[in-house]
Amino acid sequence: MTESNIDRGVRALRDRKKHYSIFSLARQAGNYHQGWQQAWRHAEPKAEYDAVIIGGGGHGLATAYYLASVHNMTNIAVIEKGWLGGGNTGRNTTIIRSNYLWDESASIYEHAMKLWEGLAQDLNFNIMFSQRGVLTIAHSEHELKEMSRRVHAIRLNGIDSDILSPEDIKKFVPIMNMDQNIRYPVMGGFLQKRGGTARHDAVAWGYARAADDMGVDIIQNCEVTGLRRQGRRIVGVETTKGLIKSRKVGCVVAGHSSVLADMAGIRLPIASRPLQALVSEPIKPILDTVIMSNAVHMYISQSDKGEMVLGAGVDKYNSYAQRGSFPVPEHMLAAAVELFPVLSRLRMLRHWGGIVDTCPDASPIISRTDIDGLYFNCGWGTGGFKATPGSGHVFADLIANDRPNDIAAPYALNRFETGLLIDEHGAAGVAH
Amino acid sequence: MLEINCPYCGLRDEEEFACGGEAHIARPLVDNPISDKDFADYLFYRDNPKGVFLERWRHSAGCRRWFNVVRDTVSHHILEVYPIDTKPSTKAGRAAYQASWRRQSPAEAAARKVPQKTRKTSISKR
Repeated sequence: MTESNIDRGVRALRDRKKHYSIFSLARQAGNYHQGWQQAWRHAEPKAEYDAVIIGGGGHGLATAYYLASVHNMTNIAVIEKGWLGGGNTGRNTTIIRSNYLWDESASIYEHAMKLWEGLAQDLNFNIMFSQRGVLTIAHSEHELKEMSRRVHAIRLNGIDSDILSPEDIKKFVPIMNMDQNIRYPVMGGFLQKRGGTARHDAVAWGYARAADDMGVDIIQNCEVTGLRRQGRRIVGVETTKGLIKSRKVGCVVAGHSSVLADMAGIRLPIASRPLQALVSEPIKPILDTVIMSNAVHMYISQSDKGEMVLGAGVDKYNSYAQRGSFPVPEHMLAAAVELFPVLSRLRMLRHWGGIVDTCPDASPIISRTDIDGLYFNCGWGTGGFKATPGSGHVFADLIANDRPNDIAAPYALNRFETGLLIDEHGAAGVAH
Repeated sequence: MLEINCPYCGLRDEEEFACGGEAHIARPLVDNPISDKDFADYLFYRDNPKGVFLERWRHSAGCRRWFNVVRDTVSHHILEVYPIDTKPSTKAGRAAYQASWRRQSPAEAAARKVPQKTRKTSISKR
């Protein structure tokens, strides 16, 4: 892949805000932390913008940041129904990896990974990006063979991927139960060493602060109530804070994509489903990597605070309720305790659901629509967090130039008519 | 956790059931001409309402029979359970059935026996 020449948007950082560094921290410590400035303004909407992004999650804020920094579109706004990163950005399990099967997926997720690798520096914000490795485990002979096919395909795309034997896994994750007589015995796995985690809130805050620095208006508590059209052209967004005119509108609202599409009179092949996660009480460090199991729909990592972060499979029915059914986390916890007996007495502190926008082929939609000036970035389903920078980068390019670049082109909506699907059910990690 | 009233077995826990997604999707007949765009409506495009939704469920760990459910996707409240080959009878269910874009879609017209006049088949650029 020829990704070395990505425009990361760094040149446009104007540094109007105080630079965050160890020295500024020390200075402020001496000042009882009284001198920190607001990270972003509480903007009120102007009458008109060059572009409006609906959705103040990671993807939406990244889109705004790259629109301003790479494409010099600074007269733009991000509007958010609730608070920044309060949707799926703050509800995921923060796993980052780029080990997807197909070329189209490899190119967008690896694009994101390259951006992740310098993002804290780009944004001057500590996003706590930790490349602690992501290990996906196999529980059957068949899964092991499928995994080796996957590993070779991933390697051919220049992405790091290694097969681990049960002996390797025993060394890499000493607390894992390697008994071959359990319900789901661990028979092997594959590891992406460059994979890992990042602090999800910090990603939203970092992008918001950097975008605000360039003049982007970030408007919270502003719900979209309608999309104003003139024939086949978008001309504005109706909100609870009044009409905001714009001839370019990008929708990045995950679970509510179908609701917005309905306002515009178009349709999307999306089903909104609850995806649940839990965190435990904090304990001493016992797990320094991320473990995923596709067969039992369990993924686990340990946060810097010491909480075990566990994710479950997606619920089986459509919902907008941000909560799911109890059997789903119950099954996941049963699998977690079998794989990690050390967790059996652990108490769970919090449990929540996010509404994910699942697509028939488990790949996202980054596309123009039948309405000129209206763009959608959705369908990331159960795994959007890992793509945040890459998604924002290519979506900004699509909005600025009104044509998809090479990375975004395969993700156009018309793939559901042509049949050129990007079937990533196997790599998506969670069954749709 | 949902409790679903299987029309054949009575009230059971959600775990015994599988959800089959949107109900009342008719397959276009092979003899009726249809564009790729319209066929995508049948194959991939699904209703995804925030509110009343008509969906298919199967009592997969019980009698293994399919049936339809009217459910609210915000409150998860089940408003009606009715047999697979019938239409909803509650007011909310009937309204949701009539309001669906699918009722007017060329794909549904092409599912009827008599060949319908289909609109000019062109693949949109969307």
